[in-house]
Amino acid sequence: MIEVGAALPTHTFTINRELLKAYADASGDQNPIHQNEEFALSVGLPNVIAHGMLTMALVGKFVTDWAGGSSNVTHYGARFIKPVIVPANTDVDLTVSAVISAVEDGSVTLDLTAISAGVKVLGMAKAVVKK
Amino acid sequence: MLNPDSVGRTFEGANSITVTQSEIDAFCAVIGETNTSVAPPTFSIRISLEQSQSILSDPSIGLDWTRLVHGDQKFEIFSPIKGGDTFTCSSTIENYRVAAGNEIVTVRSDLKSGSAIALSSWSTLVVRA
Repeated sequence: MIEVGAALPTHTFTINRELLKAYADASGDQNPIHQNEEFALSVGLPNVIAHGMLTMALVGKFVTDWAGGSSNVTHYGARFIKPVIVPANTDVDLTVSAVISAVEDGSVTLDLTAISAGVKVLGMAKAVVKK
Repeated sequence: MLNPDSVGRTFEGANSITVTQSEIDAFCAVIGETNTSVAPPTFSIRISLEQSQSILSDPSIGLDWTRLVHGDQKFEIFSPIKGGDTFTCSSTIENYRVAAGNEIVTVRSDLKSGSAIALSSWSTLVVRA
């Protein structure tokens, strides 16, 4: 049912170093903090971290799957509150859930939650879709 | 430090950008999207951050791109991006404040097809002290 308070089925994505390299190439963001462990440590990070925009792209995939395609998403935003930490040779989980927070004429607002290693990584994450 | 005169100003990109289907395909492949007829909602970051960086790198603006961290990101999509679409990009410094020595700048980027805005995005960027 599409009604305020309804929860969408949760989905878990897998993030690893290979995915970070693929996202760097597809997005053009080659910042070494997302690929080079030595560099990431040298700037005070705990390890290589995922691009915030990769996390947003995966959560966006969750939204578009529910919305019936990318063309149905009209608004999407999030705050990057904690990094997704990606150690070498490790598959890291990104678990996405959502609750419907508004239903208006032809549009539905989703409040999104993204958790990695038990930590909430996005804040104020919302999307509006045509439904 | 950002030049205070820059706040509220809009800077127009000099070049138009044409999105190729192969760029959309590559972005979709990373996130497991099989329908590549339109770009995923966050695809435009590929264009807008690069364009904003090029537009806002003028020394008179005073934004230090080497120490930037991405704080938040928002998209408003009026018309989904398709392969072959051509855009011009303008960047506006919408908001600026300093907190604990960090500069916090909100840049709005509009992708325009002719005079119509296809997509607006807002990036909050933090210049670390």
